[in-house]
Amino acid sequence: MAHARPKADVVVIGLGWSGSVIAEELARAGLKVVAIERGAWRDTASDFPPSVDTDELRWATRKEILQPPKLETYTFRNNASQQALPVREWSNLTLGYNVGGAGTHWAAASWRFNPFDFQPYSKTIERYGKGQLVPGLQVQDWGITYDELEPFYDRFERIAGTSGQAGVVNGDIIPGGNPFEGSRSRGYPTPPLVPSRWNDIFTEKTTEMGYHPFPVPAGTISRAYVNALGVHMGPCTYCGYCQLFGCGNWSKSSPNACVVPALMRQPTFEVMTETEVLHINKSADGKTATGVSFIGKDGVVGEQPADIVIVAAYQLDNVRLMLLSGIGQPYDPRTKQGVIGRNYSFQTLSYAYLWFENEYLNPFINTGCLAIQIDDFNADNFDHTGLGFIGGAGIQSLSNNGLPIGMAGVLPKQAPAWGKGWKKAFQHSYQNWAMIQGQGTSYAHEAMYFDLDPTYKDNYGRPLMRMTFDYNLNDKRSGEFIRKQCEAIAHAVGGTQVESYNFANDHYTPFRANDSSHTIGGVVMGTDPKTSALNRYQQSWDVHNVFVLGASSFPNNGGFNPTVTLGALALWTAKAIREQYLHNPGPLVQA
Amino acid sequence: MQRRDFLSSALALAAASTLPAARADVVSGGQPWEPGKASVPPLAAPRQGGLAFFTQAELDMAGALADRLIPADDLSIGGKEAGCAVFIDRQLAGDYGKGATLYRLGRFVKGTPEQGTQSPFTPAERWRKGLAAIDAYCGRAYSKPFVQLDASQQDDLLHAMENGTLDLGREVETKELFEQILANVREGFFADPLYGGNKNMASWKMIGFPGARYDFRDLIGKKGQKLQIIPTSLVDNTL
Ligand SMILES: Cc1cc2nc3c(=O)[nH]c(=O)nc-3n(C[C@H](O)[C@H](O)[C@H](O)COP(=O)(O)OP(=O)(O)OC[C@H]3O[C@@H](n4cnc5c(N)ncnc54)[C@H](O)[C@@H]3O)c2cc1C
Ligand code: SF4
Repeated sequence: MAHARPKADVVVIGLGWSGSVIAEELARAGLKVVAIERGAWRDTASDFPPSVDTDELRWATRKEILQPPKLETYTFRNNASQQALPVREWSNLTLGYNVGGAGTHWAAASWRFNPFDFQPYSKTIERYGKGQLVPGLQVQDWGITYDELEPFYDRFERIAGTSGQAGVVNGDIIPGGNPFEGSRSRGYPTPPLVPSRWNDIFTEKTTEMGYHPFPVPAGTISRAYVNALGVHMGPCTYCGYCQLFGCGNWSKSSPNACVVPALMRQPTFEVMTETEVLHINKSADGKTATGVSFIGKDGVVGEQPADIVIVAAYQLDNVRLMLLSGIGQPYDPRTKQGVIGRNYSFQTLSYAYLWFENEYLNPFINTGCLAIQIDDFNADNFDHTGLGFIGGAGIQSLSNNGLPIGMAGVLPKQAPAWGKGWKKAFQHSYQNWAMIQGQGTSYAHEAMYFDLDPTYKDNYGRPLMRMTFDYNLNDKRSGEFIRKQCEAIAHAVGGTQVESYNFANDHYTPFRANDSSHTIGGVVMGTDPKTSALNRYQQSWDVHNVFVLGASSFPNNGGFNPTVTLGALALWTAKAIREQYLHNPGPLVQA
Repeated sequence: MQRRDFLSSALALAAASTLPAARADVVSGGQPWEPGKASVPPLAAPRQGGLAFFTQAELDMAGALADRLIPADDLSIGGKEAGCAVFIDRQLAGDYGKGATLYRLGRFVKGTPEQGTQSPFTPAERWRKGLAAIDAYCGRAYSKPFVQLDASQQDDLLHAMENGTLDLGREVETKELFEQILANVREGFFADPLYGGNKNMASWKMIGFPGARYDFRDLIGKKGQKLQIIPTSLVDNTL
């Protein structure tokens, strides 16, 4: 029954951000590239025009373009003594499921990581010594530095059309930007967005407090732009139907708007849609991959042979495909041996919610990432001596939500949830509520990991992946420190009611409102095959023609959203394949 | 290229689903965009008049619940008049009610609060069982169905459900049921009138939300001002 397709040079699993940018690089270099995407074809003209897009129920509540738990879910428990149970309903991991991946419906905050984030181990030891690390924390360097990645960050921004204000260019500090950022070779392709009323209030007060506010770099771009691949993008209209939605204006940086139009013109590229890769096939000696097996939505099983396999199926599915395919040794938390499923980290969120008395914040005028941030408490930008943790958070005033179904529950704790009292409270809260988000770093812990679930199966009878995760002591301490900063700013800006939260104070749950979707690690890059699954080129240490792209490669999470970093890493790997691997297929780094 | 035989064989291993399906195809040589194709939402029939899922008694009860959760006052019409029950009826007849997106393979084991619902029932089944259980309770406690209780009795019952202090029997998780009812009523009140609720965009006018408007470049400069935008909707499908 298995249907064998003609051999390709490269097969790419998943056509989201990672998959599309590397496919474009390799197809342009003349390689025959076949992408296999589980979701459907989606494009701006038919799926997200303004007359279809402005529908909160369909896209944000029912999540029509997201990957449903029915198709594939994961099981979850807080610690290894519990029984993991399946996540049956929509959770905060709102995964992508179409050509474009989660890059279609993401919020488009377009960050570079701080230089510290790539070398957290060596920089911590250098400044504070080993005592700064709480027991069990798995902190390690990535094997690549910010400076090495800078040209690829720059290229990715030129593809995505990112809007922003540079803070450091060639070592010079530029007023209005982020003075803590790694040095850039040049500014952003497009200027920052017009800030919201809430953004302005935050800027004024944090400046008075001595902090350094700057506009969050945005993929909801501020003006028309022709990107590095020759694709035209339109200016963002601040429509407010952004996160969880496609964009009707070709304004949101996305594979659909920025990469796919150029990619589809490459004669050596094709994509099979609504087709799921089941596993990666290995040669008899197990040293190389021979291609992948897939199943179409009609149930037909097939094989796509290829010389190079690129795994770009998002962090969770990357880990699962490696486990299902038997590539790399699975992590065992008892012996601490093994690498697949190791180094899982997340994003430690803290918030202050605040209410003004008589504002018109007009929250419906927004983009997914219309925000002003301070990085004074991010990465290692402040002295951690005596604090008992490493890392921190970007603290931002976010104007990203004005849709009524979602906001109807965002009320002060003492307000009723229904009845006349609720109506009155919501009418007031709608124009007066604001949030300060601390988007925190996260570091892996030896007790937190992924493996295959012994009980629960997918629709094909294969084990689901099991997540064992709870916040560690470093998260709890950094989250608490950041919560206090958020709370202090909320009072300073004049919030008459303030509530603040350190999410790490509670047990982790996949169902918490306003929690992050950023799952990180599990197939990480590094310098040592004992503690990393991939070398610095995101190449498997064990099977040299398998490359794994996505946030699964990050040994830890920065106090930022992850995508521009994983996009830059995809471009870095593309270059290594083109310039080194094709000439001499084999390990690019000797173990 | 062998796309035809790849696509034509039909060994249906994949579980049947009514989720929207676009083209299963091998795409190459340009973008497969076709003029005149728009992805419109799947709407449960009937859109005008008649019931799609509820019995008349269930519809009346959903309307009574909606009127307590969102009562009429000087801020807006009530949940029933806004069409919340009609909205819910149509939603329960469609993919949402059928639990088309839920993972529903066994075993069903009660877990920790962090692990989320482990209910084996679809949203439509939860409504049907839930309404029956509420009415059975009202029969025992008041010798009347829910719709005939006075407003303060209905409110007391809703408070007890919200606090999880009301026992609705073995098959109904009271708190989960309350949360679902509240969520669906709010959806009916605030979703586009396309789906049968939010009559005359009453909820949007109440909070000052402009609805299906896509361009605010002309207004973003008017910071901190009351904008008084007359809202727009996609299509009105209210009764
Ligand atoms: C609501 C939301 C908001 C976000 N906002 C931001 C933000 O503001 N800034 C930021 O930096 N990041 C943000 N992110 C994260 C961002 O979307 C991801 O980091 C990014 O899309 C990951 O890219 P990827 O290529 O690794 O995976 P994806 O973009 O998820 O693509 C993976 C693709 O692989 C496909 N696939 C999976 N398994 C298989 C299989 N077995 N066979 C075939 N295909 C498969 C999937 O269908 C999917 O299309 C957000 C995410 C979400 C969900
Ligand atoms: S806010 Fe801007 S980028 Fe986002 S969907 Fe609307 S127009 Fe597109």
